[in-house]
Amino acid sequence: MTSLPVDWLENDRRKLRVDASAYGDKIYEALTAACALAIPALVIAIAVAIFAAAWPAFAKLGFSIVTTSDWDVRAGHFGAAPAIFGTLVSSTVALIIATPLAIGVAIFLSEFAPLWLRQPIGFLVDLLAAIPSVVYGLWGIFVLIPLLREHVMPFLRDTLHLGATPFFSGPAYGPSMLAAGVILAIMALPYISSVSREVLMAVPRSQREAALALGATRWEMIRDAVIPYARSGIIGGIMLGLGRALGETMAVTMVIGNRPEISASLLAPGYTMASLIANEFSEATSDLHLSALMAVGAVLFIITLIVNAVARWLVWSVGRRRTQ
Amino acid sequence: MIGFTYLAAILATLPLVLILAHLVRKGASSLSLAFFTHMPGSVGEPGGGMANAIVGTLMLIGIASIIGLPIGIGAGLYLAEKKGTPLASTVRFLSDVLNGLPSIVMGIFAWEVLVRPVRHFSALAGGVALGAMMIPLVTRTTEEMLLVVPTSLREAALALGYPKWRTSISVVLRTALAGIVTGALVAVARIAGETAPLLFTALGNQFWSTSVREPIAALPLQIFTYAINAYDEWHRQAWAGALVLITIVLIISLAARFATRSRFGAPVD
Repeated sequence: MTSLPVDWLENDRRKLRVDASAYGDKIYEALTAACALAIPALVIAIAVAIFAAAWPAFAKLGFSIVTTSDWDVRAGHFGAAPAIFGTLVSSTVALIIATPLAIGVAIFLSEFAPLWLRQPIGFLVDLLAAIPSVVYGLWGIFVLIPLLREHVMPFLRDTLHLGATPFFSGPAYGPSMLAAGVILAIMALPYISSVSREVLMAVPRSQREAALALGATRWEMIRDAVIPYARSGIIGGIMLGLGRALGETMAVTMVIGNRPEISASLLAPGYTMASLIANEFSEATSDLHLSALMAVGAVLFIITLIVNAVARWLVWSVGRRRTQ
Repeated sequence: MIGFTYLAAILATLPLVLILAHLVRKGASSLSLAFFTHMPGSVGEPGGGMANAIVGTLMLIGIASIIGLPIGIGAGLYLAEKKGTPLASTVRFLSDVLNGLPSIVMGIFAWEVLVRPVRHFSALAGGVALGAMMIPLVTRTTEEMLLVVPTSLREAALALGYPKWRTSISVVLRTALAGIVTGALVAVARIAGETAPLLFTALGNQFWSTSVREPIAALPLQIFTYAINAYDEWHRQAWAGALVLITIVLIISLAARFATRSRFGAPVD
């Protein structure tokens, strides 16, 4: 008789504990799910906010924002074509410079470097991504631009006679598309090389050993067995670097010259979408001006979204093949 | 061709060495105690410091961390536990997309949501923009670190009668703590030097302010303002500011490095 209530109590307590833990689990799951859902919510909120703000400009000006090249705030002309052109050209120049170097470093680190050197060099290259873009800009203004103006540009134009082509003709301004391209190359390099290194290291040993067993030299092994296997991942890395370069703001604003003109010459100043927004946003005078800048932001948003989505998909496809 | 890869390694590390060397040479000569304790001087007046900008940057990092860390870690827990579900895959993909968004886009978003409605720039808006940038970074590193924790640990805790939530928090999360701290530090290092999202949110401030509802100074903003002006004195200040900023960022990056030494060449993004 006396033991019964204790048993009940024990039972109740056990039941209670189960209930409490079930509660705890529910709360825990709801909280983490809420955090996870914050990410899609944020992406949607960004898209909605920017496109809603850009809508008046698109409604009034239509696609002339992206197709015309006359940006005159007082006259109400908002043609951002030079900025779009400048974004694409400066990023392309950056990739042309950065890609061979970044892949070279990645191959060096994954194949040739002595083991003791891999970690320090890899760390140094990664550190390039840690330098704030405003510091790159400062260095660009006071070191890179004088260097380009005094030595590199005259060398390219006169000594190599590249001045005969439209790409290197005309006076050598300091702030220029070339300066922006070089800065962006340095900034994009760590992204390309760190992704490339990871996909190169993910190439299975058997792939390498098979090539060596067939009598390939180390370089032939890399060229014919390793790189083809990692190709889509490397391209993904290049596109990630491209995404960085397209959206980079401060460093480019400080070295590109901010002139809204389309010029074939890399020695001439230019403009990018990001620097157009950075320069004019806080001084936007009319609602239409503000909305036009938002429209430029919307175009930048779409371009980087597509580039990043494709990049991730490519990198992911290599990872998936590895696990299969 | 093998020679080329050696050359590439040298060329790729060269800019880092050049930039750091130049920063130290130019910055160190303008650094003094006054730089840390004084307010910015007026135009043409020698001396002055960036006390307000240093405090401002620390405050912005604080606000950003309050927003970015809990959400990022929570989302990372979710992704690690529900991996393979369609929702987790979608969230993972979108967090990568978010991570790749230009920081200036984050800036105009924060302006549209937090500045435009109240018609007032604020430290809060700047901190939110930076915090939003932290979320995807923290999410992905947390997830990666949690996935490394052996399943046997989790099973052992569950077998001992731990409820799921306690297993996750006091066993799995604790085991991965060092890695998560690394991820958090990398994220902080990345946003500490961001300028573009602050241009139309925190705005910058020539005066002393620690209010979250007022515009606030920040080191990167101050460096930018000084760099694009014509005064030599301001250029010197900009170099000194850049040296302080990069020292902060490098210390955080190194701390992150040493919190977990096992991972080879962790990518910074």
